[in-house]
Amino acid sequence: MSALLELEHLSVTFETPQGPVHAVQDVSLTIEGGSIVGLVGESGCGKSTLGRAILRLLPENATVAGSVRFAGRDVLALSPKEIRDLRGRNLAMIFQDPMTRLNPLMRIRDHFIETIRAHNPAVRQGQALERAKKVLADVRVPSDRLGMYPHELSGGMRQRVMIALCLLFKPALLIADEPTTALDVILEAQILQLLQSIMHEYSMSVLLITHNLGLVAEFSDRVAVMYAGRIAEEGATPPLFREPRHPYTQGLLRSVIDLETTSLYSVPGEPPSLLGETAGCPFYPRCDKRMAVCETVYPEPRLVGEDHRKVACHLY
Amino acid sequence: MAGWFARGRTSLVGRLIGTFLGQSRTIAGILVWIGLGVVLTILVLALLAPFIAPFDPNTKVASPELPPGGAFVMGTDRGGQDVLSRIIWGSRVPLAIIAVSTTISLALGLPLGLVSGFAGGRMDRGILLVMDSIYAFPGLLLAIAIAAVIGRGILNISFAIAVVYIPTYFRVIRTHVTSVKQEPYVEAAVALGMPRRRVIGRYILPNVAQSIPVIFSVNAADAVLTEAGLAVLGLGLPPGIPDWGFDISLNWQRFDVSWWATFFPGLFILILTTALTFVGEGLNDILNPLLRKREYKAGAQA
Amino acid sequence: MPGSTASLRAYVITRVILMVPMLVLLLTFTFIILRVAPGDPVSTIYGERGNPQVIDRIKTELGLYDPLYVQFFRYLRDVFTGNMGTSILTQRPVIDEITSRMPATIELTFSSMLVASVLGIGLGTFAGTRRDRLPDFATRLYGALAYNIPIFWFGLILKLIFAVWLGWLPVSGRFSPRLSPPPTVTGLYTIDSLLAGNLPAFVDAVAHLILPSLTLGIVLSGFFVRITRVNVIHAMGSDYVEAARARGIPERSVFFRHGLKNALVPVITTMGLTFALLFSGAILTETVFSFEGMGRFVFLAISYRDYPAIQGAVVYYGILMVVISLGIDILNAFVDPRIRY
Repeated sequence: MSALLELEHLSVTFETPQGPVHAVQDVSLTIEGGSIVGLVGESGCGKSTLGRAILRLLPENATVAGSVRFAGRDVLALSPKEIRDLRGRNLAMIFQDPMTRLNPLMRIRDHFIETIRAHNPAVRQGQALERAKKVLADVRVPSDRLGMYPHELSGGMRQRVMIALCLLFKPALLIADEPTTALDVILEAQILQLLQSIMHEYSMSVLLITHNLGLVAEFSDRVAVMYAGRIAEEGATPPLFREPRHPYTQGLLRSVIDLETTSLYSVPGEPPSLLGETAGCPFYPRCDKRMAVCETVYPEPRLVGEDHRKVACHLY
Repeated sequence: MAGWFARGRTSLVGRLIGTFLGQSRTIAGILVWIGLGVVLTILVLALLAPFIAPFDPNTKVASPELPPGGAFVMGTDRGGQDVLSRIIWGSRVPLAIIAVSTTISLALGLPLGLVSGFAGGRMDRGILLVMDSIYAFPGLLLAIAIAAVIGRGILNISFAIAVVYIPTYFRVIRTHVTSVKQEPYVEAAVALGMPRRRVIGRYILPNVAQSIPVIFSVNAADAVLTEAGLAVLGLGLPPGIPDWGFDISLNWQRFDVSWWATFFPGLFILILTTALTFVGEGLNDILNPLLRKREYKAGAQA
Repeated sequence: MPGSTASLRAYVITRVILMVPMLVLLLTFTFIILRVAPGDPVSTIYGERGNPQVIDRIKTELGLYDPLYVQFFRYLRDVFTGNMGTSILTQRPVIDEITSRMPATIELTFSSMLVASVLGIGLGTFAGTRRDRLPDFATRLYGALAYNIPIFWFGLILKLIFAVWLGWLPVSGRFSPRLSPPPTVTGLYTIDSLLAGNLPAFVDAVAHLILPSLTLGIVLSGFFVRITRVNVIHAMGSDYVEAARARGIPERSVFFRHGLKNALVPVITTMGLTFALLFSGAILTETVFSFEGMGRFVFLAISYRDYPAIQGAVVYYGILMVVISLGIDILNAFVDPRIRY
């Protein structure tokens, strides 16, 4: 049974005046149907770029290498028309900042009508509105909001509208790029619980991109940890959090604060620049378990342990 | 003062020069170089006029309205004066006007903008109302009115033009000040008891100063055009001083017969103002990424 | 929907009320300038050759010897009752001078604005969508050159090439002397001739408008090119455009409905400012093409210290500017729902 989404040796490079920036390097990842996969990492580690690469939403100066297979189809080889058909229908994305993601000059209902008509030109306005009301009910937004303009809605409500827009065609996969980062904690919990219930109702998978370890621990089935454009560690969530294997993951989990914390820990140093070519493991300068080989040879991800964890580290 | 400059990489001057030289190869950098080159050439023409100009600009040297050719590269005008010499000598006036009027506009607009933006409240609204009224009024008309009142002469004309552009400086500076004012480090400085004048001078002014070069070049170009407009309408400098705008006003009625006498002065006005615009656009492209980067670092979390 | 219409109305009313203080400020400013100015209308016109006693008498009749505050209140009263006095220069009521010349400037202004916006917005959009490539640089170059062309000089060149050398278009004026102008309804020759069903007159009026409108319009388009370009780039890079693409909206809809529409909102705002530029430019354009409008008249009035005429002209421009900025603000509120509270 083939997986819903298969990324193989995916790389994204940006051409900049200062040289090539390797935002994503050689990432291989699989998402099965009906699961939530979390993608965690620091700011700038490439996780948002990865999300956009899947939908081919990258700017012109980006070069993509490797393969992206969605439901067996090669996404990178699709024609513009085909990719547009895919977007919003089988594969959807919600973004980080809901405040600026809706067209300020269009009413909410026009957003829905436009999206529906983009995929189904023959639909009449009345039918489209009915559909809109139904998805809005699923995200618990009152249908009187349809006549309003985006600036009349609160942040939380806007994010729900964004989710509703994605649900219109029951996509198989929803990519959620930091969906709650801009919202307060209470809203965050609400939105994620909403996502969970929708997942079951719509039998939808979610790629949850975030820097919040707590969210991933609570909501995802599997988690991939990204560092400097590469996957450092990937596996089922409970074992990974219980027993992190990659030194970076260990450092991350040590930095998390809970009620027992008496002193603050942070991983020393800074993430490397993604500009230009590098050799060896990107975590080498900051790793407390580094070895000589780590400086020159990149540790390809290898399967470790009973839970088949993928770890990119020479220790294993 | 020395401390201000000695802050090296972070000082405005250091940053400007640094990015400026670093950007030499980009299109924006090239534009600035071209623009500056042209402006400097014209400056040199102005300064060396007595030595470069082939003839005296105010004396009749040949029959009037001779077409370009021979000794008179740009022909002669209605008064029989050499157009080329008048062009060379005439470069002094626009440059002088730029120097004087932009200084006045800056000297009045900058402090007003700083104070008004920083103080806020009723005073701010009052000044803003006055400035907006001036700003909304047709510029040339205002300049004409003021020039008509205070009379001719380089200083007077410069002042008339300066008044028109004070609101521009004022507005840009004020907007910038109001946004910088809300930055946490300014709030912190005020909370620590730093006297207002120092807050403005040390924190706000260097920030705001980044937008000045760009306004300056736009202002300069506009000043030249306004002066030309005034001259054409007969409100410019008194006759006898060679000036590109004045030459147009002198010769335009004979444009169909001796087009060169009007064409070349206008062409040079176009060249000077476009060069100034290049400098402005180039500086904008160079300085704005800096601005954008700073705003980004301040706000973004991801 | 009833909500936003009501707030629109409230907005309009507020703005109309704000018109008054601005206008009063403008009038006061004019009054001060005029009275502070050396020279007065009578002496300027008659020069030193006039009989001092005659000059004195005229001045007294005009009330120029009364205390300043008396003159000021008389001035305000006159303005608000519509009595602008008699032009010292032409000896006709100022109000007549204004109404007879106003339509010409309005025609010129609006057709120039048409040229400027079509050209400017068109090219700006073209450049904005092809950023940092050749069409972009070429258009930006055009923008820089166009805006910096001395209007007077440009008008002369166009006149020389198209009217004198090629003879395609008339040299000057609003109307051919051999034809008779249409009966006055609005004073705008173009509209009036259409209303009268007089096609040859219409064509003639338009022909006379072409060169002046091109002169002013092309220069102003330089300004629009730059603004439009920046805003198009900004809008096309915005978050809602990315989100729309992610939903599979076809690129053409993304460009027009999400990008361009949003880009034009700030451009429309700036249009209000450009009217001031237009009026300034109109003074020069009207002079080159002998187009009998307000611009030329104002200039003469100021040169001769024709106080009543100047005051009338300032009131005219003041009201015009305020009305136009109000119009632009209303247009803005109509187009951008965020402004309407």
